[in-house]
Amino acid sequence: MPDTILVIIEQREGKLSRVSWETIAAGQAIAAQTGWTLEAAVVGSGVAAIASQLAAKKLAKVYAVESVRLEPYTPDAFAHALKEFLQKHPAKLVLMPHTYQVRDFVPKLATALETTAISDVIGVRYEGGKLLFTRQMFQGKFVADVSFAGSGPFFVTFQNGSFRADKVEAGAAAAPVQTVNVEVPDGVVRNKPQEVFKEAKQAVDLTQAEIIVSVGRGIKEQKNIELARQLADALGGELAASRPICDNGWLPMDRQIGSSGQTVAPKLYLALGISGAIQHIVGMKGSRSIVAINKDSEAPIFEIADYAVVGNLFDIVPPLIEEVKKAKG
Amino acid sequence: MKILVCMKQVPQKDAPLKLNEAGTWIREDVSYEVNEPDAFALEEALRQKEKHTGEVVVVTAGPARASQVLREALAKGADRAIHLEDDAFVGLDAYNTARAIAAAIKDEKFDLIFTGLQSDDYGYAQTGVILAQILGLPHATIIMQIEKTDAGIRVKRELEAGFFQFVDMPLPAVLTIQSGINKLRYATLIGIKQAKMKPLRKVTLAEVQSAMGANLQKIEKLYLPQKSKNTEFLEGPPAEVAKKLVEKLKNEMRVI
Repeated sequence: MPDTILVIIEQREGKLSRVSWETIAAGQAIAAQTGWTLEAAVVGSGVAAIASQLAAKKLAKVYAVESVRLEPYTPDAFAHALKEFLQKHPAKLVLMPHTYQVRDFVPKLATALETTAISDVIGVRYEGGKLLFTRQMFQGKFVADVSFAGSGPFFVTFQNGSFRADKVEAGAAAAPVQTVNVEVPDGVVRNKPQEVFKEAKQAVDLTQAEIIVSVGRGIKEQKNIELARQLADALGGELAASRPICDNGWLPMDRQIGSSGQTVAPKLYLALGISGAIQHIVGMKGSRSIVAINKDSEAPIFEIADYAVVGNLFDIVPPLIEEVKKAKG
Repeated sequence: MKILVCMKQVPQKDAPLKLNEAGTWIREDVSYEVNEPDAFALEEALRQKEKHTGEVVVVTAGPARASQVLREALAKGADRAIHLEDDAFVGLDAYNTARAIAAAIKDEKFDLIFTGLQSDDYGYAQTGVILAQILGLPHATIIMQIEKTDAGIRVKRELEAGFFQFVDMPLPAVLTIQSGINKLRYATLIGIKQAKMKPLRKVTLAEVQSAMGANLQKIEKLYLPQKSKNTEFLEGPPAEVAKKLVEKLKNEMRVI
């Protein structure tokens, strides 16, 4: 296996997502530490334009992996095409953003190559010749340093926001671009995906809210949502929730914050009884100020909170509503 | 429809977890429960069976304590259970877990195999997809709806940021199920009684070991997350905390 790092970019309709740029930043950071060669690949049908856009970055080479069968996305076509590509162009380390698409096909691809993927990575260190990948475990209560065994290629998927997209370095000269046409024979693709769609109208656009009061499991019962609503009203903010609350139908799905819901960055994010699983954190960690109220002092939400209250939200919220009303006169 | 549901026992959500002395895993003396997405996967299997008839089989890989998850599933209506029972199953990577399960069911033919979309302990979100690859079956992940069609099934996949997609696929297939796909049922007293009569097959590590290999990833160290922020803790009786917080909201965060 050559000392090559390959970043596989996710593109949709000819555009790179921010987390793809973040993954290039991760690749550049690892290349700087290890001295390994960094290459990138963009996979799809008609991806030459994106490949040349990538070539401006500090990369040794860019591949455009092409097949008409790669559009629309299916796990069968992607795993097949990338297996073929990686057998011709081996890499030691293959990095990808931890998107819903990537997590749909990476375990299949890694297994087809009889290797493994470390998923949902938030950091990486190179110590004593060994790469250690940091990922959350137990819903964010702990983090683990994870290493690879075996011969690779090793797959790593990076969580949103683990590296900074604006840290991607430009190259001194344009990287060479090579188009690789892969064959995806008849019968490989078994799924027939339909058009991507959004569920009815989004009644509320939480991304525009300056103040968000968000509730999690700690709210305990549907009737207690009213308490959070009163606080949101007093503050002049919107009410939102973590996934389990919407799963229970206590608030509509369009009030959900997190990887499967909305990503917000308000001036104030007030988290009531939210433990802070990573799927939630990725949707709100860009908030300017985060206040967390939770009875569990070990709740991961406290790691990103600016102000923290360890206590029973049912004791604290009622006087808080009164104080807010007083302050607002 | 014959449906297999892969389930896992994980530490209870609000259980206080402590590290073991080596700092490589948690201390096992905590309370356990069924992994939440797996509970939704079971519920979905039971609903599909009620609609289309068939059989629901549940499988878990874990120590003796994990049989609790199977007993609960049988009480809710699963027909039989398979327990890959060994303490060693706790420390497997997703590839080995999937290989062990595949070996345990090699003589069976399922129309559908469900897993929860990820576990609350490792959070790999991989075992179901790997299992599909090992068995040579098509898969779809993060499923919010399943309808039987003439040619197979139509599933609704959840994508990022509120997007969805319907996917038509043939059977047999593997699906990873998202929490919230349905409303969970409770076990009835009769169900709990009947569960005791239902078959539970135990599979030893030795029976499946030849299908497995060395773990390809290793947890070197498990530790508490380092704080990325300088968090200020507000303490005192509730009324006082409320006052302090409003003062911060007004003068520091400037949102009032």
